[in-house]
Amino acid sequence: MRKALFFLPLIVAFGLGVLFWQSLGKDPSTLPSALINKPLPDFSLPTVEKSSELISAARLKGQPVLLNVWATWCPSCHMEHPYFMQLAKQGVPIIGINYKDDRASAMKWLAELGNPYLFSIFDEKGSLGFDLGVYGAPETYLIDKDGIIRYKHVGVVDERVWREQIQPIYERLKS
Amino acid sequence: MNLKRKHRMWAVVALLLGVSVAVGLALYALQQNINLFYSPSQIADHQAPDDTRIRAGGMVVEHSLQRSGDSLMVHFALTDFQKTIEVEYTGILPDLFREGQGVVALGKMNSKGVFVADQVLAKHDEKYMPPEVAAALKASGKLPPQPSAEH
Amino acid sequence: MIPELGQLALILALCLALMLALVPLWGAFRGNLFWMRFATPLATGQFFFVALAFGFLTYAFMTNDFTVAYVATNSNSHLPWYYKFSAVWGGHEGSLLLWLFILCLWTVAVAWRSLHLPAELRSRVLSVMGMISTGFLLFVLLTSSPFTRLFFNAPDDGQDLNPLLQDFGLIVHPPMLYMGYVGFSVAFAFAIAALLGGRLDAAWARWARPWTNAAWAFLSIGIVLGSWWAYYELGWGGWWFWDPVENASFMPWLAGTALIHSMAVTEKRGEFKSWTVLLAICAFSLSLLGTFLVRSGVLTSVHAFASDPTRGFFVLMLLAVTVGGSLLLFALRAVDLKSESTFNLLSKETWLLINNLILLVAMVVVLLGTLYPLVVDALQLGKLSVGPPYFNMLFVPLMGLLALALGSGLMLRWKRHAQDQWLKSLALPALAVLIFAIVTIIWGGEHRWGIVLGVVMAGWIAVSTLVDVSHRIRFSQQGWRQPRSYWGMHVAHLGFCASILGVTWVSLHAFEQDIRVEPGHVEHIDGYDISYLGATSLQGPNYTAEQGHFVVSKQGKTITELFPQKRNYSVQRSMMTEAAIDPGLMQDIYIAMGERLDGGAWAVRIHIKPMVRWIWLGGLLMAFGGALAATDLRYRRLRHRQPQVSVGLETAPVTEVSHA
Repeated sequence: MRKALFFLPLIVAFGLGVLFWQSLGKDPSTLPSALINKPLPDFSLPTVEKSSELISAARLKGQPVLLNVWATWCPSCHMEHPYFMQLAKQGVPIIGINYKDDRASAMKWLAELGNPYLFSIFDEKGSLGFDLGVYGAPETYLIDKDGIIRYKHVGVVDERVWREQIQPIYERLKS
Repeated sequence: MNLKRKHRMWAVVALLLGVSVAVGLALYALQQNINLFYSPSQIADHQAPDDTRIRAGGMVVEHSLQRSGDSLMVHFALTDFQKTIEVEYTGILPDLFREGQGVVALGKMNSKGVFVADQVLAKHDEKYMPPEVAAALKASGKLPPQPSAEH
Repeated sequence: MIPELGQLALILALCLALMLALVPLWGAFRGNLFWMRFATPLATGQFFFVALAFGFLTYAFMTNDFTVAYVATNSNSHLPWYYKFSAVWGGHEGSLLLWLFILCLWTVAVAWRSLHLPAELRSRVLSVMGMISTGFLLFVLLTSSPFTRLFFNAPDDGQDLNPLLQDFGLIVHPPMLYMGYVGFSVAFAFAIAALLGGRLDAAWARWARPWTNAAWAFLSIGIVLGSWWAYYELGWGGWWFWDPVENASFMPWLAGTALIHSMAVTEKRGEFKSWTVLLAICAFSLSLLGTFLVRSGVLTSVHAFASDPTRGFFVLMLLAVTVGGSLLLFALRAVDLKSESTFNLLSKETWLLINNLILLVAMVVVLLGTLYPLVVDALQLGKLSVGPPYFNMLFVPLMGLLALALGSGLMLRWKRHAQDQWLKSLALPALAVLIFAIVTIIWGGEHRWGIVLGVVMAGWIAVSTLVDVSHRIRFSQQGWRQPRSYWGMHVAHLGFCASILGVTWVSLHAFEQDIRVEPGHVEHIDGYDISYLGATSLQGPNYTAEQGHFVVSKQGKTITELFPQKRNYSVQRSMMTEAAIDPGLMQDIYIAMGERLDGGAWAVRIHIKPMVRWIWLGGLLMAFGGALAATDLRYRRLRHRQPQVSVGLETAPVTEVSHA
């Protein structure tokens, strides 16, 4: 009995540890997105690469894709960019939304750092971003083959986020 | 059991008892003093309780901020891009409050369906930066890949 | 080149820390004096290299080396030099380096000031501290090196220091807070060393006590500075927000307060041994927990660091190893720590136990309030927050009980105390408190019952203190020449009184008003006439500002003119409120500019804050008391005497070489 008492602090600490483990990686400030399981809002925007051609939400249908909101003014986008290069190499289709940016610097960025995107939607005014409920960059959405938003990640996508949060859903959508 | 051990047992029992009573009271107090979080959709769909102080979080709709001419009362619309609610607040808005940015308001719903806030907190997310900030930096100087800290 | 040298210095420090963690411990295990002697040079070397790394980072800031990512994020060429200096710890990486630097400082201080200690104990203590610094050096090197370069795309100028941190309070607040946080690592190391050695006696407590008191004093100053900074810089006029980050510093303080009292019992009576050890582990673990909560982004807060799961994961692992390991050791070894005496129900021991109980409960209350949102979120029951009413509701009665116990326990003797004698000595304080209460009920005005509570609590402690002092001076041989630790205790307790009074008045009698002012407007608040004359534009080194001009007068006589500012920091594009304060011992007049409204009008916030400074004054008195106790001659005399006595009588039980 007396001996057991001395284990009490350890047990309490262990319980707290489990709690922290659970909470880690969850951003308590993110609001649940209202758009999950809703179709991608429609838009008609040019791409970074071609100003003449307007594309719409229909272009994203057919296969599950990652939709990555990025901008050259966003420091964290800089940080996650190499990982998207890696994902693209693995054959994951990624479409960019170049958010509130200017075309020249976006082109320069893609030329210098590499282009992991199939194409980048050029959302200069942020209208698509607003419809999507983008708080800032980077944000990444997972869209299924019917153009329905299945997952939203706020912040940098790295190995851990991909492996633990996005990839399981992605694999499920693919099959 | 000798006197010494008896004393020690008493001390330990008193400690455990005291702490557990206090924890019980604390948990009770917690129940009385939590502010649940609701999104504008939930509030608009009447999922939030009336007459209870809640937290509402969302984005301030652009150009929705209206000030009254002679007092410190302000009105603005809060949205989660699904539903939008109207918020009323009297006082000074925080420095980080901007239209088109996330805020959390604490308050109650009134009978007219307006959210009357007694406190407005501007969300200060360190991870991303509004485009305006970056514009201040020269185009050549790409921002370093570290988020800034606050404390 | 310099940043790479910094990185190299950290790597060398890591090697030395690793050796410090292993070599002297091995020596103590084998009873080998040769290995044990490595402790001091290793601790010194480790300090040297970490200090060097710190110096190199400071150099990078001073020379605007924006190729270093950390400098580019936290500095700017227009930043005044003193803020460049404090910007060294303005962000995550740098503040970790500061943490580490202070840890090494404590380690080297322990190494050099404990030469008289038994070699085994000393080696174990230093090795444990080496383990902690190994963990943190790994953390810095693997996840958050401040020396990472931006090899291409280095910016021409930096992103500037967060304007909230461009302030004197923030130059001194983090170092003081860390001195406290990290200082508890010494008590922790002593506790672990005692568990490893299986012996803990009065001599052990006598060695560990000054270090613990010193750490506690630093932590008190750190918390006071944080509260003071929040008061004038955040622009809300509050002095404590029950914010998770504040709570993170308050929890180790509460545990530390319990610890210094429990250690007194261990030193004087050889009681509460395992309890003292547990509290020492607890205080340091809570310091680490504070670091984890702030760094991992697990909690949202007005001043949380940018969240990064990898870093959070690493801190969590550090926490798991340190806390889990030490508590496992505690579970296995603390059973053998036997008390050396007994005590009656009416004795100082019992009252200090009550003190510990109340402080522990207070700590648990804060812990629950801070973690409850996490629990609910982890169980997916929704998102919520716990408001200040919860903390206030529980803290008022808890502090009331603490004050009651403090006042009534002060004059109690160790072991046993005669009941009639005790009641007699309580008569005067009880009478005084009764008079105070009647006076406040008659003249108290609004909120008189709250005021009565505050006055009774503070008066009870203060009068009991006076009674105890007068008894002591009359009946002991030393008269006025009591030891410093005795005066330290009373000074700290009086500090607690001052804080109680400050909190009572500022909570109950503060005037707060948000108003709209146009030039020429006069506002009447609490007998003051505050007139607004207008606003002008100003240009600062890295900001522009709108400065309001207010004249405060009372009955036609001008008291002061105040110039609050609304600043716009150009690089970070952020707005900052610089409140203007007319400080006073009895009252602060506080004006902050809110927002510009249409037609030249401004929304401003005016507060009249009575006795708000007493809160901090009380905190500083507590810290001063802790410092007095830490520098008690008793500890120093011991140090001078010990080296001559080869194996001193007093230390004999501990110097016994453990046979492996």
